[in-house]
Order: sequence, then structure tokens, then C-alpha cells
Amino acid sequence: MSLMSWIDERFPATKVWNEHLAQYYAPKNFDSWYFFGSLAMLVLVNQILTGVWLAMAYKPDANLAFASVEYIMRDMDYGWLIRYMHSTGASAFFIVVYLHMFRGLMYGSYRKPRELLWIIGLVIYLAMMATAFFGYLLPWGQMSYWGAQVIVNLFSAVPFVGDDLSLWIRGDYVISDATLNRFFALHFLLPFILAALVFIHIVALHKVGSNNPDGIEIKKGPKGNRWSDTAPADGIPFHPYYSVKDIFGVGMFLIFFAAVIFFIPDMHGLFLEAPNFEPANPLKTPEHIAPVWYFTPFYAMLRAVPPMFNSQFPGVIVMFASILIMFFLPWLDRSPVKSIRYKGMLFKVALAVFAVTFIVLAYLGMQPSTPTKTMLARIFTGVYFAFFLLMPIYSKMDKTKPVPERVTE
Amino acid sequence: MSSEGVDLKKRRFLTTATAVVGAVGAGFVAVPFIKNWNPSERAKAAGAPEEADISALEPGGLLRVKWRGKVCWVVHRTEENLKDLPTLDSQLSDPNSEVPHQPDYCKNATRSIKPEYLVAIGICTHLGCSPTYRPDIAPADLGADWKGGFFCPCHGSRFDLAARVFKGSPAPTNLYIPPHKYLSDDVILIGVDQEGTA
Repeated sequence: MSLMSWIDERFPATKVWNEHLAQYYAPKNFDSWYFFGSLAMLVLVNQILTGVWLAMAYKPDANLAFASVEYIMRDMDYGWLIRYMHSTGASAFFIVVYLHMFRGLMYGSYRKPRELLWIIGLVIYLAMMATAFFGYLLPWGQMSYWGAQVIVNLFSAVPFVGDDLSLWIRGDYVISDATLNRFFALHFLLPFILAALVFIHIVALHKVGSNNPDGIEIKKGPKGNRWSDTAPADGIPFHPYYSVKDIFGVGMFLIFFAAVIFFIPDMHGLFLEAPNFEPANPLKTPEHIAPVWYFTPFYAMLRAVPPMFNSQFPGVIVMFASILIMFFLPWLDRSPVKSIRYKGMLFKVALAVFAVTFIVLAYLGMQPSTPTKTMLARIFTGVYFAFFLLMPIYSKMDKTKPVPERVTE
Repeated sequence: MSSEGVDLKKRRFLTTATAVVGAVGAGFVAVPFIKNWNPSERAKAAGAPEEADISALEPGGLLRVKWRGKVCWVVHRTEENLKDLPTLDSQLSDPNSEVPHQPDYCKNATRSIKPEYLVAIGICTHLGCSPTYRPDIAPADLGADWKGGFFCPCHGSRFDLAARVFKGSPAPTNLYIPPHKYLSDDVILIGVDQEGTA
């Protein structure tokens, strides 16, 4: 009896390998946009590995934190590399995930039967944002401190319970040692929840099967390919075809990733903001504060809303709504086709405008507020919501093209 | 085991009762975990009143004091500043301090006990940044009408020298005035209410 069959009788190793890799048939027409899912997993592994190593030297104490990061950077062998891999990895994670989400928007990967897959993905995105937020406090620089101060104060805008809620989150009257210590614990915990969510995301994906650039359900098409008579004719085994393709993607990604780590780890203040090289000072707010780039579109929408009824809660609602509205996307799109390849001009223009809006809001969220910029942020906040709220109308009116029976080469 | 004579109704009742008791138990267990996040006794003790010595504070000067970890300002307003305050009323959201962000004894035109000294918590009511003290008259970036006050660099909120918010600022309300009292002409105690006089 071979070792493998001994194991298989006790643990379904071969069965899992076949079901999810060697005999998992994915559409044969994936393009470069399909790299970003596997790249997101790579970056998650990078974050967990470098993060655990950083935790071995980092001190979650308001008096020691800033110096311990400098100690990692200057005194430990390769400490600078591990730290820059982690800080650059955070931004890379969001870049890769934003592209992964945009791929979903283009090819209609959120449409039936993949609604739950999309929703699980958004939960992953929320967990990522929480992880990044907790992590940004840890270096205990000026931007860490005041950024956390601003975000935790969002909760104090909640009517009636707000002040107690923000006090409970901080564990003190201001961001302090208690806050830092608990944020460290949460920042360590969340990536493991994130990994579990990624597992659930893939279980859901393998239940419904991957979408593809044509938005055609290969499971509904003819059966039979080189490997199996019952598999979809337009499917190819994930391993070795896409495992090898993804490794090529990893190679390309690592070229850019390494270039940033070695040559521009702060990305001119985008990935590591200048005020964060100064220790946290509760008595002095930096001249201009802004969150890291991946939060700025939402921050711009928060700032765009003026206070109403002596409260700035409306702005907080708009900011959270801008994320929650994405959960409804599968039901807002009423187009008869999934992929942008067969959608008409209306949807293409709407998606292009949305992408530009997201980038403009990201830019505005980084800038100091002026009356002109606030007005611009208001307009683009309106456009952002219009993309979602008007979708049932324009996606229905849109003149679509006929979808072929089989995927195109 | 035979399924004859099983009282299904009783079984369902027992299953439900067990589940409910379990859920209530889980709720009780959650309490210490949630309460554990409240400020500790040490954090609360650090909220003790703080003394500010204003003997060396020149007119136009600002003194920063830390109370409950928050920055508190003591500003020595000039004669000119005090004359400017009422002229700004029409540009302010809440010139008469109707929103109770100050002790009753500071609900007046200057939001202070003694007109020349302003004591305020230097945390913006918008999202908690600390506004910058800008006593200069009509600087280029704040406009010709600026009579001195506070400008929040985070989101552009403006406050006058009585810590009252200007209309059109993202901050919804005036800055907080902490409870305070004069121990002598030169020493202010922040965190304790003034007795008697309102």
C-alpha cells in the first residue's frame, strides 16, 4: 500500500487536490485581470509572515513603540527590509484588491449565481480596512496618532451613545497607551480571520465556478474536453494551466513590489506619510492630516458632507453608505448580459466615469480642504452614488450585444 | 432505542429551553469582555484636575495645559480682541452659545469667567484634531476679515477667540469650555467647577 493511499484513507488529500486544483475546470479564456486574486493571497501571506516577524521586536507601549520601530529599522539585521515589505505590502494589498474588484465590475462577476461570492469578498475588504486602520496606529507617529483620533471620533458622532462608544473603543479619554495596546492585539488577530474569510471566498468560488471575460457560464455549455467527458468543454484544469500562469503573474508583481521596497518605500509620502516620522504628540496636530491613500476616497466623501442639526453624523452615514452600497450591486445591475464586452455604451461610460470618480475622490481626500475642493468633493460624491443608484435604470436601457454560445479565444 | 412513546412536544420544549439558557449564558459571559474595554481606574485617575499658572502669560499669548490627556488652551485676550468679539456674531453658527458646550458660568459673550482669559479644550468638535492658534490679524491664507482665532488644519474649521465656530465650517458646534475656577489671580484649576456664582 502506497503512502498516499494510506493517507487518503484517513484524510481526503488526493480528493481535495483534484477537486480544487488538478480537476477543477476553470474557463480557458482568463486574461491578465485574473492575476489579482492569486496576487492578493500572496500579499496576505507576505503581510502575515513579515507581521509576525515585526511583532517579535515591536513594543506596543506608548513610551516605547516609536523607538522600537526605529530599532527594527536601524539595529536589526534586515529589519528595514521586513518592515518595508510590511508597509509596502499594505498598499500593495489594496492596489491588488482594488484591481480585483474592478475586474469583477467589468466582467459582471458579482451577478447571479455569484452574489454571495461578491458579498464575502466585500466582507474581506472590510476586514482588510479594519486591519490596516489598527496597524497604522502602531508606529505611534504623528499621523498614526491623529489619524486614529479622527477615525475613532467618527463613532462619537453617533447620536446618544456616541461619546460612550468612542470612549469604549479608546479605553481612555484620548488615544493613549490603552488604545495602542488593544489595537496591536486586534491587528495581530484580524489577519487570521482574514485568512479564514479568504478560505470561505474560495469555497464559494469553487461551488459556483469562475466567471470569465465573456461572462458565459461554461457549466451550462457543452461537455467534454481533453481530460474528462463530463467537464465543461470550455474548461481547463486549474493545475497546471492557471497555477503556472499565476506564477508568471507573481514574477511580474514581484518586480514592481521589489522596486518600491528598495527604491521608494515611502512612495513620496503616499505609502508612509511624512508626519509619521515624528513621534506622536497629543498636544499638536500636524499641519495637514490625511489617511493613507487607500482610505482617501471615503475620507473625501466624509468631509464633503456639511454638518446638519449640530452634528456631523450625516457625513459619517454617507461614508459608511458608500461602502455598504456595494453590497447591493448584484441586484442593482439589471443588464441581460454580464460582461462589459457585450454591454452597451451606457454601462461602459458609467463604469469609466466611476473609475475616474474613485481616483478623483482619492486625490481630494489627500488634499487640504478649500472651498473649491469641497465643492468638487460634493459633486463627485454625488456621481459615486449615482453610479450605483441609477444602475437599475441605465443598465436596463443600455443596448447590449448578443452573447456567443461559447467563450471566445 | 425505540421512538415509540416519545413526547415530541416535551422534547422540543427541552431543546428550546436548553438553547435559550445557553444563549443567555453566552450573553453574561460577553459582559466582562465588553466591560474590559472601558477606561481603567488608572485612566480615570489621570483625569484629575490640572493647575495652570498664568502669571507669565502676556496679552495675546497662549498656554497649553494637558487635562485628561487633552490639550487645554488658556488665551490672554487683548483689549482689541474683546472689542472684536461682538462684531463677529453675525458670522457665527452659535454666537450666544446655546449648545451646552460650556459650564453655565461661561455662557456669556466671552465664554469665560474673566473676559480677558479664555479657557477652552483645544480639540475640534468636528473630528478631534487640535486647531492651530492664529492670533494674527488678516493673514493671507485666512482672509482680510480674520480678527484672530483658531483654524483647524485637518478640515478647515474656523473659530473665533471665544472658541465659537464660524458658519460654513465642518465643525458642527463651538469648542468645549472645560469646568474651571480661579484659585488666585495667577492660577486656574481646570477640571473643577467654580462654586456659587453662575
